[in-house]
Amino acid sequence: MGTKVKKMLFILSKATIENAYAAFVMANGARMEGIESEIFFTFFGLEAIQKKKLEHLHVATVGNPGMHIPTMLGGLPGVEALATKMMKKEMEKLDMPPIGEFLEILSDSGCKLWACKLAVDMFHLKEEDLIDELDGILTIGDFYSRADQEGCQLLFI
Amino acid sequence: MKKVIANREIDVNEEGYLVDFKQWDREVCECIAGECNVVMTEKHWEVIEYLQDKHHKDEPLSIRGIKKSGVINIKEFYELFPGGPLKKSTLIAGIPKPKSCI
Repeated sequence: MGTKVKKMLFILSKATIENAYAAFVMANGARMEGIESEIFFTFFGLEAIQKKKLEHLHVATVGNPGMHIPTMLGGLPGVEALATKMMKKEMEKLDMPPIGEFLEILSDSGCKLWACKLAVDMFHLKEEDLIDELDGILTIGDFYSRADQEGCQLLFI
Repeated sequence: MKKVIANREIDVNEEGYLVDFKQWDREVCECIAGECNVVMTEKHWEVIEYLQDKHHKDEPLSIRGIKKSGVINIKEFYELFPGGPLKKSTLIAGIPKPKSCI
């Protein structure tokens, strides 16, 4: 029995490492199963496709109960950087690529990468601030029109 | 379970992957490729040999590994084995389906 999912559309709205990787792993996983996939980067999600910022994403240590760090401690200087370093080390052990390389893999795999027009305007970004692999800047309406067949799923992260 | 491939009884698992690599040869390979709508070319063979070599060295397969392989880039890999390249290429190569999520 094959899957009925034909196309996965992701909206990435956050720039923490865990959210970016969740979107990337699922989008890449879809391509690996022969399912089409696309990612729409909006609001802080745009950090993941800004050339200057994409290698500096952090894991959230405050307001993240899954980290099991008291909120007060999570806010101390250096804690977020340390947690990020540790997480990146663990990910490297599992052969998970860094954000920049992951975006290249996604693009080469045929996953479409879109930036949200409203958020690009709001953060005063120019096309040259964004990765070369970007397929374009879209409105949300344009992105919905990408759900053009049976078996499309849209996921907000 | 058994499956007749290239007029021979071959042991496969429920997804059709070969259980015993000793039963694999070029004839079997071409039959499985045909079922996947893949026509084998020189480049396909090169990739199959690379995958088998990795498998025999117990090195895990991933799409990142393909990028670094020097044998093929990711774009070509998707073109050669459309519709799930690592899944299909390992099936054709007679080795187990990779368990990794990346």
